[in-house]
Amino acid sequence: RAMELPPGRFPAARAAAVAVAYLRYLRGGPGSGLQLRELRRARRQDIDDVGHKYYLELELEDVLDKDRTVNCTAEVLYHLGSKTSAPDVQVTVQGELRSTEEADKEFYNRIRSLEKELVAENIPDSHGNVPPELEPIHLLAWVASGYVIWQNSTENTKFHLAQVKHVKQVKRSDEDLQFDFVVLLHEMVSQEVLPWEVTLLWHPQRGARVPQSRAAGAGS
Amino acid sequence: DQVLHIVPETIQQVQHLQLLCSTFMLDLWKPLLPEDIRAGEDLHIRVPAPLLQEVKDSLAQLMISYRVLIPDVQKLVDQSMPRERSSHREVSGGYVYTEYHPMEEIYQWMTQIQKHNSELVTQHILGKTFENRTMYYLQISQPSNKTKKIIWMDCGIHAREWISPAFCQWFVKEILQNYKTDPKISRFLQNLDFYVLPVLNIDGYIYSWEEDRLWRKSRSPYENGTCYGTDLNRNFNSSWGSTGVSFNCSSDVFCGSGPESEPETRAVAQFIKSKKSDILCYLTIHSYGQLILTPYGSTTKPPSNNEELMQVAKEAAAALTGKYGTSYRVGSTALILYSNSGSSRDWAHTIGIPLSYTFELRDTGTHGFVLPADQIQPTCEETM
Repeated sequence: RAMELPPGRFPAARAAAVAVAYLRYLRGGPGSGLQLRELRRARRQDIDDVGHKYYLELELEDVLDKDRTVNCTAEVLYHLGSKTSAPDVQVTVQGELRSTEEADKEFYNRIRSLEKELVAENIPDSHGNVPPELEPIHLLAWVASGYVIWQNSTENTKFHLAQVKHVKQVKRSDEDLQFDFVVLLHEMVSQEVLPWEVTLLWHPQRGARVPQSRAAGAGS
Repeated sequence: DQVLHIVPETIQQVQHLQLLCSTFMLDLWKPLLPEDIRAGEDLHIRVPAPLLQEVKDSLAQLMISYRVLIPDVQKLVDQSMPRERSSHREVSGGYVYTEYHPMEEIYQWMTQIQKHNSELVTQHILGKTFENRTMYYLQISQPSNKTKKIIWMDCGIHAREWISPAFCQWFVKEILQNYKTDPKISRFLQNLDFYVLPVLNIDGYIYSWEEDRLWRKSRSPYENGTCYGTDLNRNFNSSWGSTGVSFNCSSDVFCGSGPESEPETRAVAQFIKSKKSDILCYLTIHSYGQLILTPYGSTTKPPSNNEELMQVAKEAAAALTGKYGTSYRVGSTALILYSNSGSSRDWAHTIGIPLSYTFELRDTGTHGFVLPADQIQPTCEETM
């Protein structure tokens, strides 16, 4: 009942983008950022009264370690009339992702010991540059936007993080790090660049959580 | 080398640190002089690599806590230097092709290119933009008594796709630098003329430098000046307004008030129409996506010469991949990307130009429109 899809065409490509976004949210951090190397295979199943389910085989690489790739399978279910609900995504990573325990701890300690809360804007800058000390923040923006992209995708959208407009650290009394981001998401089909405000909580052992996010007011 | 951050807690610690600095002759970044070290205030010291362990041991012994502010000073220095790819800094007086250039510099570059390569290059006026800026194209043509077919290439129809004008400039430079020595290029020039429009949407490009890096459209006003810009790649007369567009000016795919409503579109369309019987190939360069796109966007029905179009495109993609392994996908816009109408590529094909392609250059979304300048060279090299 599942139809084979050409991986080069847009329906499969859009579902793959959702799976990658979800995985970034689930497994990303200041020391690692996953991106899609290749969509190897895609199938689609139309389920009556439920929606469209995509079965994907993906090859991923870590942006900080491009010599290695890792395979994963994903299922993306877009619900019928999906105006209000996010697609259901399940991902299984085959093999091990690179451990970032050391880097995560170092980053965590560095941020915790800052006297003044970190503030930055335009990551990357207009020429595509990211100062090295902001690269972990950039990767956390991928985590935050991974969540937003996953939550807001439909079969008619394909989102990518275009730029981090603004980020502000908010010191907390508990052990989490908090970053308030304004991210610019590029939507391929409408070609719009949409600003989103996203709050990200992150902890080296507990990982990431997005307590709130919303589309920001128009205009930059 | 590392830079350490210390906040001395007591006067005693201050004294110890002053002694440390003078004993090891350490490089004080903040404050500048040892006598200005104060308890409770930030101290930043650069410690040369060979002394690191000893200094850190001393600090531990003195029970002075520190934090590593910069773990690798050299790396930071290297990254903040403008990258020099020495082999590509000549050709037209030191123009750096591995950086992005604002429009003023591109205008100057065109003048210089013609001046220094006048046996091959002539600069021509195509028309004017909405904000009254002159659109120039470069004609690269080897003098000969036979009429030659034309390959047209335009870049920068969408303002934020900076890698596109960078590629057009690179392309011109490559041809001019190598036509005497590279047999492939010299054979091309014996039989073909290249017409290159380095920036089509000049107003938008300038706006993306000065106001909004992610601007896409032109800068013509609508709705009493409350809304700006037409998507020039939805404004051509090919199934105009039928799909993949918006009639709302605030949309990034606003197709204008009618086909060819924009001066930039008209300038290009008029010229291409006038030369159409000689134009063999129409190329329009965009980013991002790593795609070679064939007609059409408005329908999945294949064009009449689809087999030829696909074969040439596949060979191009294979050659491209052969350089650095970058993978490009090939196919029609309607199948690979989305529906759209009014694109320049579709229009060029419908008026009879047989080989008509849209290139979407690097990357696939990691940086998107904000491609780092250090990718200009590999992107352009593989696309050549």
